[in-house]
Amino acid sequence: MKLLVSSAPHITGKDSTASLMRDLIIAMVPAMAASVFFFGVQTLILTAVSVLACVAFEYLYEKMLKKPITVGDLSAAVTGILLAFNCPPTLPLWTVVVGAFFAIIIVKQLFGGLGYNFANPAIVARIILGLGYTGLMTSWTFPATVSGDAVASATPLAVYAAGGTVNYLDMFVGSTGGVLGETSALALLLGFVYLVVRKVISPTIPVTYVATVAVLAVVLGVDPVVYVLGGGLLLGAIFMATDYVTSPYTEKGKIIFGIGLGVITVMIRRFGSMTEGVSYAILLMNLVVPYINKATRQKPLGAPKAVKEAK
Amino acid sequence: MAVFKKLVRSAEGAHVPHYKNTENCETVKMPVPKRVFVSMSQHIGAPAKACVKKGDVVAVGDVIGTAGGFISAPVHSPVSGKVFGLDEIRLSNGKVQVVVIDTDGQQTVSEKVKAPEVTDHASFVQAIKDSGLVGLGGAGFPTGVKLDPQNLDEVDTLVINAAECEPFITADYREMMECGEDVVEGAKLVKQYLNLSKVIIGIEANKPQAIAKMTELTKGLEGFVVSTLPSVYPQGAEKVLIEQTTGKEVPKGALPAAVGCIVMNVASVGFVARYMKTGMPLVTKRVTVDGDAVAEAKNVEVVIGTPIKDIIEFCGGYSQEAGKIISGGPMMGQALTGDDIPVVKQNNAFLVFGKEKATLPDATACIRCARCVSACPMGLAPVEIALSLEVKDVEELKVLHTDLCMECGSCSFVCPAKRPVAQTMKEAKDFLRKAGN
Repeated sequence: MKLLVSSAPHITGKDSTASLMRDLIIAMVPAMAASVFFFGVQTLILTAVSVLACVAFEYLYEKMLKKPITVGDLSAAVTGILLAFNCPPTLPLWTVVVGAFFAIIIVKQLFGGLGYNFANPAIVARIILGLGYTGLMTSWTFPATVSGDAVASATPLAVYAAGGTVNYLDMFVGSTGGVLGETSALALLLGFVYLVVRKVISPTIPVTYVATVAVLAVVLGVDPVVYVLGGGLLLGAIFMATDYVTSPYTEKGKIIFGIGLGVITVMIRRFGSMTEGVSYAILLMNLVVPYINKATRQKPLGAPKAVKEAK
Repeated sequence: MAVFKKLVRSAEGAHVPHYKNTENCETVKMPVPKRVFVSMSQHIGAPAKACVKKGDVVAVGDVIGTAGGFISAPVHSPVSGKVFGLDEIRLSNGKVQVVVIDTDGQQTVSEKVKAPEVTDHASFVQAIKDSGLVGLGGAGFPTGVKLDPQNLDEVDTLVINAAECEPFITADYREMMECGEDVVEGAKLVKQYLNLSKVIIGIEANKPQAIAKMTELTKGLEGFVVSTLPSVYPQGAEKVLIEQTTGKEVPKGALPAAVGCIVMNVASVGFVARYMKTGMPLVTKRVTVDGDAVAEAKNVEVVIGTPIKDIIEFCGGYSQEAGKIISGGPMMGQALTGDDIPVVKQNNAFLVFGKEKATLPDATACIRCARCVSACPMGLAPVEIALSLEVKDVEELKVLHTDLCMECGSCSFVCPAKRPVAQTMKEAKDFLRKAGN
């Protein structure tokens, strides 16, 4: 009789890395559909190229270095969709391939692959593309507006920063200028509800992030609705700031992380020279996650109250 | 406030499937096998010393091993028959001495078996020690020692562990359904002789019939409370159970008695009542037999020392090639090396899985999702402990309270990367211990 002798436990839960990533992809479908609806089928092509490039870079890198092939865990595909979501609909396809290279090879694989990246790969790629191809990354196309208002000449945040008026309904539905995944708050919120119901993410980071932005906007006398709906906040808060690898472990840590994101975002938007601040906020907060983790540990059952580390 | 408590320690546990397939299987008595192998080490502490030799004739209840120290328990003959000899076999707790007895099938009861005379705490504890009772929930700590804490006057609560939070196992449930009166009687005795004021019976919400029955049986009894526990693994972990039922936290490194509690498994409590009535020591055990490679899932009462293969045969044999045999539940149970291993006192289940169920998916990279952190009932951070073990950081492992891990397996269960987190936690504990901490 040949029996397998292994360490307990002998059963495991249903969720796997791939199933979580699949849920993330499903949660991004509404935003994807909204982008096709508002900007046309070119957004679908851009997303497909981005996903293919990310998966291909991961596969080639791992093949070359004779590492186990991990494209099956779908994390590269998620990065691909997120990267495309952070690009304007008219971006030339080769540009997104450059972004995919930075996201997968530089940020993810060179740091050890899934689980070891110090920052969200799609965020860093967006920032690099924004710096390297500023013109391409900020040329917006404009869908027909739901409200029938005059066609805007920039993203709602830019319009608002320049003193223009924006329509709340357009921002909520998504008929505004912007990167392809960020415009429809409605579609993003659908994804958010799905992720929370499926327990893929904890709502803590998105809620504290958005709440902080709204509160600070009120305090600083700017329109909180525009700040919440008018830019990349919801996309960032729901899909990028909640990235497991680069967000804190505990609920306490997640609250601090969310508040930090909100503060940095508002500071950049209100006092910086840029109209958008979500990507930089996430990148900066990603970098301090190890410190947040250390400072926000749970108190184990029966352990003495928070003993300071003896030095 | 629940929300604030979650911020201190989320301790969500694991939402394990229940698989209580045998909950309605009334316990069946298995005939005595031809030969039994009675281990001298069926408890935590010093092994018992065998006091019989080849050729001795023994009856049911005769002492065949005397307690080998303060923390130890005697072992009684579960059968009548003739000692075939003494042997050494390898069990999960290492090489142990076994007394091999050829049974005569008569099950003649020893004349020494008679109800003990108990008048006070001291004689009660002595009787329990003589009974050979050990913690039947799985730990196997000698009950006589447990019921004699140094700070007896500070202990006021008996917490009866009837959570049975492991999937598959229904042996404790059957104890309540079939012998609920014994449980109440045993609890009364412990309450009386230890001069306690409160008895809390903790039962998971997935056993409504047991909750109803125990509530009915304890109606009007002063100090008795039936506490419904959430159906989330691991409610039956001692420290978790105490916090859940009394709100008290057992300090790190301390025993439950430090917060005025004594925790006993429900089957142990039922046994106390039966022993006080009859004087029959612990020689049989109810075990749940289940799994997809056993023909008929059952609750079986077996004599201690019965080889597992005989029990499986009694349950209709293997229905497919066995890939894994687990003694205990699937969360904390031990995978056995063979089916010739005999039953010991603290066994409560044997699960036989076919090849497919026996194999777990391969581990992939940790994605730092921190599900292990949210799940850990002790509030530990397995993901950080694993990283600290990787770099052999002794100080950090201490700061992270690694030694509080009770190996409940919740972290492994919830891990989406299918990493053997609990095994890593165990390694981290061993590493700390070897480093002198």
